[in-house]
Amino acid sequence: MKMFKLSSKDMMLMLVLSAAVLTMPIWLVPFGAGYPDLMQKFAIFGLFAVGFNILFGLTGYLSFGHAAFLGVGSYTAIWSFKLLSMNVLPAVMLGTIVAGLFAVLIGYVSLRRTGIYFSILTLAFAQMCYNLAYSVLTPITNGETGLRVLRDDPRVLDNMFGVVQEGSPVGSLFGVNMQGYPGFYFCAVMLLIGFFISLLIFRSPFGMKLIAIKSNQNRMRYTGFNTRPYLLIAFVISGMYAGLSGTLMAVTDPLAGAERMQWTASGEVVLMTILGGMGTLTGPLFGAVLIKYFENIFSAFNESSLLEIFSFLPEPLQHFVVTIVHPFVGEGWHLTLGALFMIIVIFLPGGLVEGFGRLSKKFKSKPTQKSE
Amino acid sequence: MSQSTFTRRGLLRSSAALGAAGVAPSFFVRDAWAQDFTNNPGNGSSVTLGFNVPQSGAYADEGADELRAYTLAVKHLNGEGDGGMLNTMKPLSLKGNGVLGKEVKFVTGDTQTKSDAARASAKRMIEKDGAIMITGGSSSGVAIAVQSLCQEAGVIFMAGLTHSNDTTGKDKRKYGFRHFFNTEMTGASLGPVLESNFGKDRNAYHLTADYTWGWSQEGSIKKYTEALGWNTTAAVRTPLGAGDFSQYITPVLNSGADVLVLNHYGKDMVNSLTQAVQFGLRDKNVGGKDFQIVVPLFSRLMAQGAGENIKGIFGSTNWNWSLTDEGSAAFVKSFGAEYGFPPSQAAHTTYCQAILYANACEMAGTFNPCEVITALEGFKFDGMGNGATEYRASDHQCFKDVLVVRGNENPSSQFDLLEVVQEVPRSQVEYDPSLLGGELGNCA
Repeated sequence: MKMFKLSSKDMMLMLVLSAAVLTMPIWLVPFGAGYPDLMQKFAIFGLFAVGFNILFGLTGYLSFGHAAFLGVGSYTAIWSFKLLSMNVLPAVMLGTIVAGLFAVLIGYVSLRRTGIYFSILTLAFAQMCYNLAYSVLTPITNGETGLRVLRDDPRVLDNMFGVVQEGSPVGSLFGVNMQGYPGFYFCAVMLLIGFFISLLIFRSPFGMKLIAIKSNQNRMRYTGFNTRPYLLIAFVISGMYAGLSGTLMAVTDPLAGAERMQWTASGEVVLMTILGGMGTLTGPLFGAVLIKYFENIFSAFNESSLLEIFSFLPEPLQHFVVTIVHPFVGEGWHLTLGALFMIIVIFLPGGLVEGFGRLSKKFKSKPTQKSE
Repeated sequence: MSQSTFTRRGLLRSSAALGAAGVAPSFFVRDAWAQDFTNNPGNGSSVTLGFNVPQSGAYADEGADELRAYTLAVKHLNGEGDGGMLNTMKPLSLKGNGVLGKEVKFVTGDTQTKSDAARASAKRMIEKDGAIMITGGSSSGVAIAVQSLCQEAGVIFMAGLTHSNDTTGKDKRKYGFRHFFNTEMTGASLGPVLESNFGKDRNAYHLTADYTWGWSQEGSIKKYTEALGWNTTAAVRTPLGAGDFSQYITPVLNSGADVLVLNHYGKDMVNSLTQAVQFGLRDKNVGGKDFQIVVPLFSRLMAQGAGENIKGIFGSTNWNWSLTDEGSAAFVKSFGAEYGFPPSQAAHTTYCQAILYANACEMAGTFNPCEVITALEGFKFDGMGNGATEYRASDHQCFKDVLVVRGNENPSSQFDLLEVVQEVPRSQVEYDPSLLGGELGNCA
């Protein structure tokens, strides 16, 4: 096993990231984001984007259907809560595995094509799942209302071991309820494990092969290298990440709805990855945090809160500024996001990570200029 | 990759680092039990309410009107404006100086008519903004999802526009209260009117929004019309927010049905009704009977959207601004003065809910949800537009008169779209709580 060992630089990265993620409840407070629900979302969608990046970032295959795996993971987790136990471990395992099986099926078919055809195929599969969840599969998915955990579900394992929860059932890890801060830490640990695996893949010969496929698949084939198994493995791995994220959504909030599988959800993870920097290790994480922050914080500004923010301005100016800013927050947060996305794609094709790189270069080069 | 080795030592080192990093921040976990109930305002000078309404999607119009009503309610609670229904409500414990002497503040959120988004935004209000009560929702799916979230969080949920039986039926919760009526009441009130207008021998075709409210509505209308002797030809489910209903309406033409029941609401109903009329359904004659369309749940906002097509169509509604009792008049007056047009039934029910909650806190003398719940359970009041009303203790459902309405043939203004056919008395729509099942659960 000569393939996996981390250089000291990667160890540093892992340590810094762990510290940053686990101290989120402290340093996010000044940004108004230090509350459990949003931090759970950061961790969950961060994990989703990190997994998506293994496929999109390394092989260049743009899947437009990853939300399907997210949905499958959620539904599986809820069924595990309903039938087996409110303990989250079976749910996490089952959710990931079932999403992986789905990924094998969809990947096997879709990966016969490349480029735009691959994207369209995955999109078609995801929309199929979405529409099935709404129509034929309503006995399994409970349609628009969403699948919920009920008090009188069988829960075979819980009954066997005599685990009783009072009130409405919530996901738990051996008695610790997976809501609020404990829920966040559970998601955060999952994110870090996921990130660690992604790091290993990036540094492994397997990851190298995926990058080679991205740069020139034809040449790989001419040398007698069969690329498809590698692509399928990458696809399944990223599908399992998505399934795990879906499971975590169900763990922190025991409810699954079909809207999680809609194409907009698939598009969102593509945005996250590109915004943060595709093919980079940490980029997708930044992208996920940024988009979820916008969605939850910017969308909550209303006119009165804006007036409060700009209350330091003289009255007429205050109203003028609020009129200008108002269309960009609240319901209009998509507009701000769109503008930001355009700016980043045009000026920073490498995403936020490239931006950080340029900034740090600037700071580093300044002292040397002075010494000259 | 030559320097890479996955050694035991390396693994130990990294897992130890991970573990250490994992333990450290658990010291910062806030103790949720330090306060005796969620978001206790304590000695603060203000209290925050969370208004969670759809600002986008099929029910956005209703959501916008709900938000207007909430803003107005907060004004009245804080003693600003003309006081609205605070002048007519009996018995009243509120003093017009906020609630329990604290100024009322509010935060808003967009449910997007999606359970996921609605729960995320309700969680934000509870966890970040410290909301003591959540209210709103223009969809039963959302209301039920948020209601169970509030039960878990220990925060009272005053349901807004939700009409499904399940909200106070099989999915009822101790922390959830509904002022609005439900499909069972719609069926009970609409049935006799349909009989006297369309007779006993009819074939009904249902188009149903495919979620909890649609199912509930379809079930109730079937139950009451089939009791009259009507026959149900087919019941077709349509996705929420479909936009184009032509593919669902074409089969109606040759189905042999002579009544179309549209179990749709909001923009869905506006679209499906408009298309049904465009397809010439209302001019049809089946077996010597004029084809009829019924929209069981009506609102003025929808009537406005559907325009001419609404004329002569029967439905039921919780409240209409044309009512002349004292409470309605006071509410219409202050809403009109504020916004320049009359309120919808969505605005009315959410306004009432906000006031009822505040009044219950004042009655209980505390914000502690368990005591507020006790104050609301079995609370009898009058002067809020629906006559004598009671919050039934066994299922947290309000019981009051129901209006059967018809699209006005000769509207006198752009808002005068619904004509009240009958005010069905409360006794006719009352049912036994065991009919709808469910269990309230316990407080805290």
